[in-house]
Amino acid sequence: MKEDHQPILEIRNLSKSFTASGTLEKLSGKTKYVRAVNNVSFQLNKGEVYGLVGESGSGKSTLARTILQLTKPSSGEVLYKNQDLTALKINEMRKLRKDLQLIFQDPFSSLNPRKTVGQILEEPLRIHGVKKAAIRQEKALALLEQVGLQTEHYFRYPHEFSGGQRQRIGIARALIVDPEIAILDEPVSALDVSIQSQILNILKALQKNLNLTMLFIAHDISVVRYISDRIGVLYLGEMMEEADTDSLFAEPLHPYTQALFSSVLDGSKKERIPLKGEIPSPLAPPSGCVFHTRCPFATELCKEQKPKLREVRAGQRVACHFVK
Amino acid sequence: MTLLKVEQLHTHIHTNKGRVSPVRGVSFSIEKGEVTGVVGESGSGKSVMSQSLIRLLDREGNIEYNGQIHFDNKDVLALSEAELRKLRGNDISIIFQDALSSLNPLYTVGNQIVEAIRTHQSLSKKTARKQAIEFLRLTGIPSPETRFNSYPHELSGGMQQRVMIAMALVSKPKLLIADEPTTALDVTIQAQILDLIIQLNTEFEMSILFITHDLGVVREICSSVKVMYLGQIVEEGPTETIFNQPLHPYTKLLLASMPKLNSDRTEPLPAITGTVPSLSNIPKGCSFSTRCPYATDLCREQEPPMFSNDGQRVQCWLYDEEKGGWLD
Ligand SMILES: Nc1ncnc2c1ncn2[C@@H]1O[C@H](COP(=O)(O)OP(=O)(O)OP(=O)(O)O)[C@@H](O)[C@H]1O
Ligand SMILES: Nc1ncnc2c1ncn2[C@@H]1O[C@H](COP(=O)(O)OP(=O)(O)OP(=O)(O)O)[C@@H](O)[C@H]1O
Ligand SMILES: [Mg+2]
Ligand SMILES: [Mg+2]
Repeated sequence: MKEDHQPILEIRNLSKSFTASGTLEKLSGKTKYVRAVNNVSFQLNKGEVYGLVGESGSGKSTLARTILQLTKPSSGEVLYKNQDLTALKINEMRKLRKDLQLIFQDPFSSLNPRKTVGQILEEPLRIHGVKKAAIRQEKALALLEQVGLQTEHYFRYPHEFSGGQRQRIGIARALIVDPEIAILDEPVSALDVSIQSQILNILKALQKNLNLTMLFIAHDISVVRYISDRIGVLYLGEMMEEADTDSLFAEPLHPYTQALFSSVLDGSKKERIPLKGEIPSPLAPPSGCVFHTRCPFATELCKEQKPKLREVRAGQRVACHFVK
Repeated sequence: MTLLKVEQLHTHIHTNKGRVSPVRGVSFSIEKGEVTGVVGESGSGKSVMSQSLIRLLDREGNIEYNGQIHFDNKDVLALSEAELRKLRGNDISIIFQDALSSLNPLYTVGNQIVEAIRTHQSLSKKTARKQAIEFLRLTGIPSPETRFNSYPHELSGGMQQRVMIAMALVSKPKLLIADEPTTALDVTIQAQILDLIIQLNTEFEMSILFITHDLGVVREICSSVKVMYLGQIVEEGPTETIFNQPLHPYTKLLLASMPKLNSDRTEPLPAITGTVPSLSNIPKGCSFSTRCPYATDLCREQEPPMFSNDGQRVQCWLYDEEKGGWLD
């Protein structure tokens, strides 16, 4: 598939904890920590789509924001073009913002209601120093077309668009500055299936044409499978398994991945592996393997010792004591 | 035995911008013990239709219904406010997607269930408490005695939904309307709640109207399914039939556009072009004609009737009655 495995972005042992600010914690005087992301490492190769899946609260959004330095990591490094983003000064980081674009689930809240689509699209260009109005407009119109909108939409306001169309505007705005990497946080989760597939097709075509590197985050496993070359599975802020998409679906090795995939209702009849219990609170993550409280195969060892993420097949890494 | 029969139901809402009709001539029936799914994209009228069945929207005023709703020999559209309250409390329960906003944040979940029990039966607080704990246990809440004293916000989304289900069950309703009860939940938790709903259906012989936009969920738990588009049921039938040989182009496209775990990743996903038209701009003829790849002049001019074939019904001009399938 991808010939060059040049990492364009390398995430090394990234962790992020928040201080919990609930009333109880304040009263007790003890500071508690929410461990949102714990010691996560992976890399994005140039031109690939890396998918991150995980249930709600598994730390997907926090990971994205920490990579982009929108929140400061507690520890770890993010290497982009031989620079550690976590060590950069604010103005140094600002220069790199253009290269790393974030696309959200709901672009509506981030689209200024008083500006036309044309103004919205051209703003990032202006910020990044494209002075000629004609060039900005040409670029905006070209992107409108690439995301499947029409020239007439250039003069319209965000409220005149449907959810799917607004998502296209959000995508166009992020891509207009020719980023190296696009990070998409649940870009299709709020959309109906029929619209979702339109957007996925557009994203896939754009990615190919622009040789864009993408970090694609979603809780919907069939969606992530469709778009990604490789996939990482997060649980309670930790990477449980990572592999190229076809291997991962042919043979998921981690018990969590297996149960997660079996819960996906994609209209085909299949055996489900039921998971008992709830997702534990990141305020008090389980000892040892974070998945042991729900794992059907957990032993004493799992309670006591955290398994290392290790390569068990070519390109497939798993954090489980028992996978051979 | 037919529990619910709906005929040519129209729901009109008068707003300050004029009248809209989110439900436009819906007919179907639900048998005792049947689990039936209603699918459709956002805005297709699933919630308005299901709330119309127990006239929940009446509270907002300016609602007008046409047609017939018969539930267990009662003419729902003719009931008084007091009779309606009884119907909603005893015979039909409804649960929503967002459990947290349906629960009172100021009371423990236990007390809310006790309240619900005591409005149906004159029981002492102590007996009602015992029953409430049993309902919590029944819905799979671990250590229900302790959870009885929890406030809604102290519970996870899955637990809150279990509490809502427990509350909906206290009256042992004949029909449970579940409006996207698992949409906000994670897949592993969704699987648990779906198992619970099926268990309750078997145990209590309760009919369930399950509303969702997720066709995968329908296939998992529903024996029959109705597909809604712009306030109409455009196709309905037994779940397996609809999945294996959908007749309406909309159903076909919906099924095809769902990414599947075994689909070819190199092919573009089939998509439905365009977007759902607004209620103030309903197309002439077949309401799907503006997005249908097979639409003809007839489709754009005249609304198709509902054709029936062996328990499957479809509202589409392309259906050939003689062949029992598609026109070529
Ligand atoms: N600013 C914050 N302060 C405190 N806790 C936070 C903050 N942001 C996130 N968290 C916590 O960190 C954990 C991970 O949250 P995050 O939003 O990254 O998860 P997610 O995987 O994106 O979930 P979802 O699928 O629901 O979007 C959660 O327990 C969340 O409550
Ligand atoms: N009180 C109201 N006043 C005016 N229009 C309304 C009202 N309630 C609903 N509608 C409109 O009726 C249509 C159907 O809405 P409904 O909520 O039933 O859709 P739905 O199929 O449940 O969608 P979703 O999947 O998003 O829940 C929508 O176009 C909606 O805007
Ligand atoms: Mg998130
Ligand atoms: Mg609804």
